[in-house]
Amino acid sequence: MRRWYLLLALPFVGLLYPPLYASEDPELFGFPFFYWYQFAWVPLTAALTYLVYRKTRPREPRRAGTTRFQRS
Amino acid sequence: MSENFEADGVAIAVFCALFLLVTVLGFVAARWKRGDLKRLDEWGLGGRRFGTVITWFLLGGDLFTAYTFIAIPALVWAVGAGGFFALPYTILVFPLAFLVMPRLWAVASKHRYVTAADYVKGRFSSRGLATAIAFTGLLATMPYIALQLVGIEVVLGGLGIEGEWPLIIAFAILAAYTYTSGLRAPAMIALVKDTLIYATVIVAIIYIPSKLGGWDAIFGAANEELPKRDEPGALLPGTPDAHVAYATLALGSAMALFLYPHALTAVLSSRSQDVVRRNMSLLPAWTFLLGLMALLGYMTIAAGLTVTDPNNAVPALFVDMFPSWFLGVAFAAIAIGALVPAAVMSIAAANLFTRNVWKEFVRPDCSDHEESQVAKIMSLLVKVGALAFVLFLPTTFAIDLQLLGGVWMLQTLPAVVIALYTRWFHRWGLLVGWVVGMVAGTWIAASQDYAPVWEVPVLGVTAYTALVALALNLVVATVITLVLGGRGRADERDETRDEDYDELVETREPAPTVGAGVT
Repeated sequence: MRRWYLLLALPFVGLLYPPLYASEDPELFGFPFFYWYQFAWVPLTAALTYLVYRKTRPREPRRAGTTRFQRS
Repeated sequence: MSENFEADGVAIAVFCALFLLVTVLGFVAARWKRGDLKRLDEWGLGGRRFGTVITWFLLGGDLFTAYTFIAIPALVWAVGAGGFFALPYTILVFPLAFLVMPRLWAVASKHRYVTAADYVKGRFSSRGLATAIAFTGLLATMPYIALQLVGIEVVLGGLGIEGEWPLIIAFAILAAYTYTSGLRAPAMIALVKDTLIYATVIVAIIYIPSKLGGWDAIFGAANEELPKRDEPGALLPGTPDAHVAYATLALGSAMALFLYPHALTAVLSSRSQDVVRRNMSLLPAWTFLLGLMALLGYMTIAAGLTVTDPNNAVPALFVDMFPSWFLGVAFAAIAIGALVPAAVMSIAAANLFTRNVWKEFVRPDCSDHEESQVAKIMSLLVKVGALAFVLFLPTTFAIDLQLLGGVWMLQTLPAVVIALYTRWFHRWGLLVGWVVGMVAGTWIAASQDYAPVWEVPVLGVTAYTALVALALNLVVATVITLVLGGRGRADERDETRDEDYDELVETREPAPTVGAGVT
């Protein structure tokens, strides 16, 4: 389960080495690569974080109060 | 203020109407999610019961300040790509916070910690270290509040309102509802602020490029104009030096952001770890917005507008592009955007002062009611101080101090964040490391005329000063820990237990801190 956390390293790898993306081409919708590449990491990082959140969430029933109520 | 904008009656009317709306909300907020506002948990942390949605609005409204929305486009307007580091910065901050903040939330909730310094005191049982953390927070927060005022000033200038009294009135109103409602006020106002900001930016990035001939033309104009500046800018970071500066600024700023008292206050006010974690995957929506906002700097260039003060880049663009009524909406969005962080920051500073100065040194046995009363009064004093700052000192002073704020806050990382994971460091190591980091960081920044990056001798790279200072801080802390070899002793004096940091399961019951008699 803990291995899922490694996914969170990806945005750091993708963004902290600017020579990787400091170029003008390929352009997208008039945006130089430098700009749209970084914008693309926004939803990507959000999705990765959400995935890790789902996969590392504790499994116990969330509404302890309700569960107890049903049993009695 | 170098530009003179004409007064626009319609825009001013819309602006005032929206301002009035949030004023009413600020006072009504006292009755929202009702709690005993005579307790610091309630006044200063909203009873720790905000859910996912409120936390999203509050944190978003709090971290992405009005000053950010003025200063980042201004920086992009002035230097080009270098200013865009704000995007990777605010991308990386959320995975970092996702890892760290739930642990801090858990231990704070368990032991009723309200500030980072509370936690450090419990963890290390060291008054000196806790005071150092509190001092850093107060020092970094004051100029940040002042900058929110600068944000309001810029917007008022854009509306053609001259003089100091409107700013004083706006701040007096803010002070009054923060005093009565505590953290509930900015949480409620954030709903309005965030809606207005989103509306403004979405309209701006659809409408303005259509008038300027599309994104191609905007980037093209920037590419042509930036190299012609007195200090040439560029559309892309070209040199290896620029690359290192870009990456270290992004990483260092991301590491520092959640150490700020106003960020911690908003995190601790949420209902559960689950709320904190879920939010870290939802908050990047704000990052996207900031990135788009940054590009407004290029639009100002493409529109052929010349401004002498970079801070006027966005107001000048809005005045040029928008019809009067929408100009009122856009400027209200930014001005109200200043109120939310200013309120949270003053509450955070008040919490720090009350818990870690007043209760620590002046009245150790003060009651809950006295504690909350002191915090309320302190929130007023902090704002008066910030106002005096803006009215009597040059703006550049607040900007330089804000830059130093990031350097300073990062020096608390070992004692606050690393301590969440390991007991290895000795408290004296952390304290001396902090002193070294603070002094070295301040000295480097000052000797650089407050440029954010420094050419590191020996290594020969140009890196963000805060990270250089943090490296020194950690080296010193490590050496002293090895010399003192104090691991065992640190354990005995630690009031927190391993299980206090663990993932808790969310229940529908109130947070353990709210009920009476729970320690």
